[in-house]
Amino acid sequence: MIIPLDLILLFFLVLIAIAAISVRDLLAAIILLGAYSFVIATVYVEMHSVDVGFTEAAVGAGAITAFMIAALARTKREASD
Amino acid sequence: MNGKKGKIWEENVIIETITRLMVPFIQIYALYVMVGTEGAGGGFQGGVVFAASIVLFTVTFGISKGRKRLPESWNAALNSLGLYLYAGVGLLCIVLSLGAAQYLNYAALPLSQIMSPAHTRALMISDVVEVGIGLTVMSIFASIFFDLAWKGEGEKNKNKNKGEKEVQE
Repeated sequence: MIIPLDLILLFFLVLIAIAAISVRDLLAAIILLGAYSFVIATVYVEMHSVDVGFTEAAVGAGAITAFMIAALARTKREASD
Repeated sequence: MNGKKGKIWEENVIIETITRLMVPFIQIYALYVMVGTEGAGGGFQGGVVFAASIVLFTVTFGISKGRKRLPESWNAALNSLGLYLYAGVGLLCIVLSLGAAQYLNYAALPLSQIMSPAHTRALMISDVVEVGIGLTVMSIFASIFFDLAWKGEGEKNKNKNKGEKEVQE
């Protein structure tokens, strides 16, 4: 476990999370959530928890992104409020 | 989505060829995650990776072709088969030891007279139980994806009207 690498990755994690909730385009928000899952999976692997990281990469970055895009195809792309 | 009307999905030789190449490898990797290693763990992840291969196939070739590969009747059969595998192995331990052993106590299986109890445990956990978990997770994830992506008859107009109403409100 390398502390500076952790801090850099967690800084990017916070940055991506703030971007994901403030962006107006819903497709961009979904892709940013996929990037969030990928970065937090990297954090898990870097903290020697490979099992949790693999699950996060498979479920968060893979399946949930596909589900969200499939749900987005049935609604509008822009946030309405 | 918006932009090009009516042409959401079109054929593309490169994407179809890459998908045809990648889907078998993804599925073999999913089976490796499920049963390839000794010890517990990996059933859920293997099921999700297997479902991801079906999602990739469906995204490339369209929903009707993807549904032809994994029909809806298979979904119901597979997810209950996985549950029965898991629960059945657990109940088999109680039944075969006439109530002496606990639920999922693999050492009570008659298999442990051939192999050592530790080997029986490893075989049962890493193969039978995890294939059960993987089957259930795979069919449930594929079913969620198909239900989300399926567009019924005349649904597009209904959605458009609803969207216009929301904008007016």
